[in-house]
Amino acid sequence: MQLLIFNAFCVGAVVSALLMVTTKRPVRAAMSLVATMSFLAGLYVLLDAHLIAVLQLIVYAGAIMVLFLFVIMLLNVEEKEGKLAGKTMLLQAFATVVVGLVMVTMVGLFKANGSLGAAGDASDAFGTTKAVGQMLFTEYLLPFEIASLLLLAAIVGAVILAKRRIDDSGTE
Amino acid sequence: MTETVVAAAGSGWLRIIIGLIVVLLFSQLNALFLVWLERKVAGHIQLRPGPMEVGPHGILQTIADGIKLVGKELITPRSADRILFVIAPVLVFMPVLVAFLVLPFDQHLIIRDMNVGLLLIFAFSTFSVLAILLGGWASNNKYALLGAIRSVAQNVAYEIPLLLSVMSVVLMTHSFRFSEIVAAQHRFWFIFLQPVAGLIFFIAATAETNRAPFDIPEAESELIAGFHTEYSGMRFGLFFLAEYTNMFIVSAVAASLFFGGWQGPFGFSLGLPGLVWFLIKVYILLFVLMWFRWTFPRVRFDQLMNFSWKVMIPLSLANLLVTAVVVKLI
Amino acid sequence: MNEYISVLIMLFLAAATAAGMIVATSLIGPKIEFADKMEPFECGESQIVSSKRRFSVKFYLVALFFVIFDIEAVFVYPWAVLFKDLGWFGFVEMMIFIAILTIGLIYVWRRGALEWE
Repeated sequence: MQLLIFNAFCVGAVVSALLMVTTKRPVRAAMSLVATMSFLAGLYVLLDAHLIAVLQLIVYAGAIMVLFLFVIMLLNVEEKEGKLAGKTMLLQAFATVVVGLVMVTMVGLFKANGSLGAAGDASDAFGTTKAVGQMLFTEYLLPFEIASLLLLAAIVGAVILAKRRIDDSGTE
Repeated sequence: MTETVVAAAGSGWLRIIIGLIVVLLFSQLNALFLVWLERKVAGHIQLRPGPMEVGPHGILQTIADGIKLVGKELITPRSADRILFVIAPVLVFMPVLVAFLVLPFDQHLIIRDMNVGLLLIFAFSTFSVLAILLGGWASNNKYALLGAIRSVAQNVAYEIPLLLSVMSVVLMTHSFRFSEIVAAQHRFWFIFLQPVAGLIFFIAATAETNRAPFDIPEAESELIAGFHTEYSGMRFGLFFLAEYTNMFIVSAVAASLFFGGWQGPFGFSLGLPGLVWFLIKVYILLFVLMWFRWTFPRVRFDQLMNFSWKVMIPLSLANLLVTAVVVKLI
Repeated sequence: MNEYISVLIMLFLAAATAAGMIVATSLIGPKIEFADKMEPFECGESQIVSSKRRFSVKFYLVALFFVIFDIEAVFVYPWAVLFKDLGWFGFVEMMIFIAILTIGLIYVWRRGALEWE
């Protein structure tokens, strides 16, 4: 049963990711990305990472995709005219296959030398909000605080980029 | 009676599916009832009787309206993005039903009492925002697109105070599990301990459901019907059902977080079963939402955005800090 | 796991219900097409400009601030649940985190990026 759901989610994630890169309409591409994110959330649930699965939906499928869609609509990106040249297409396909193979080999290597834990060694508490928080606020304290600085930098950057426009346009 | 039905359904898959179908039917019949209630409330506030013709006091009016909607033509505008236009109403309808799985109707009547229950509702509610944006964009109509963009800007602005006000409650319960949140209010409902959070939550929830006075996304006098201008027949019906189901969900979450869920005030149950207490509270909150709509004029868009960023968010942050300090000192 | 299978089934049931209602409408409802009817609705006028127009940069700013403060809220979730266990240390940690982001909010406010005219 679990394997069946896992396979269904995997196929769903890959197919929607393919749709995303092949469609020519930006909004459709963004919606395919939402589908990919949601299937990934399903995979996290299968890994017993409940909190991460929910956050995946809230942050990626929700907040970040709203930002993407706003940018697409803001820039008014039109459908890309014409077909991609055959040569570029081939090159892209080749690059995809190479990167994919490298990834698979790397995971295989990690598994072989045991740096990835075997599946099924997770305790009952694994993946709960408490377990994630315990790690975040003790072991990964510094990254957590640095994240706030990163967010602050993002705020300042956004205001500076947009502010020029607001000043130029004056009152609307 | 119910016992035999459950027994006949057997255990396992069939039972789960039948249970879920019951939930689905309840949620939709309830939405139809709410539409009727809204029209009745509107009528009486404006000193007129409201629907009276179909059934006693017009109670079957929405069912008649629903049948009429099914018999209408589905129009897809020529310039619309056909695929996205068709998907949007389905996408707006799907996630609202998930919330019913984790709502605590009674002490033992929570279909799935999840570890992340409260967050699950917020996670799936983000899909409604996406669906509205998608529907407005795919219609290729300027009123629809304006309505959708406004709706999303409003939804995202009020989501943050909503989440932060909920966190002040979680600080006191240490759990996202609905059963534990409600059980923690055995003596005092959180509305007495967290009045500010309760107020912020209710205002933000009104904005999240696009209800008046925050109904700018579908401001009839300027945007025709907002994001669903181009939708007809049951496609429009799905947006409508989702809106009323969402109203029930936010009221139910407010009742569980701040008004003690299935419990009576100060631990007195007065002999009423938990389910009755819960539904009484939910319907009182729903009535308040409807009362708002027919009392307050619509706010302007700039007022709306400024109110969220300059009042609601700082206030909810301050409330969170005060709660943290108080909880720490006790 | 089983809890989440219910979520999955519920999503399927909801999608089936929604699709069923739409299919019923398309079977029962009339289908009469003519050119004017398929135009975007503009209160009876014909469409002059395309609906796909550029939007004010402010909407983009709102979306960006939303992402940032949403992530802040995400960090608050596990903290709120663990609050009792973390002690004063955890309290100070989160105060620093929120203080830095409050500086961001004040900056945005002072620069006038929150103003809607």
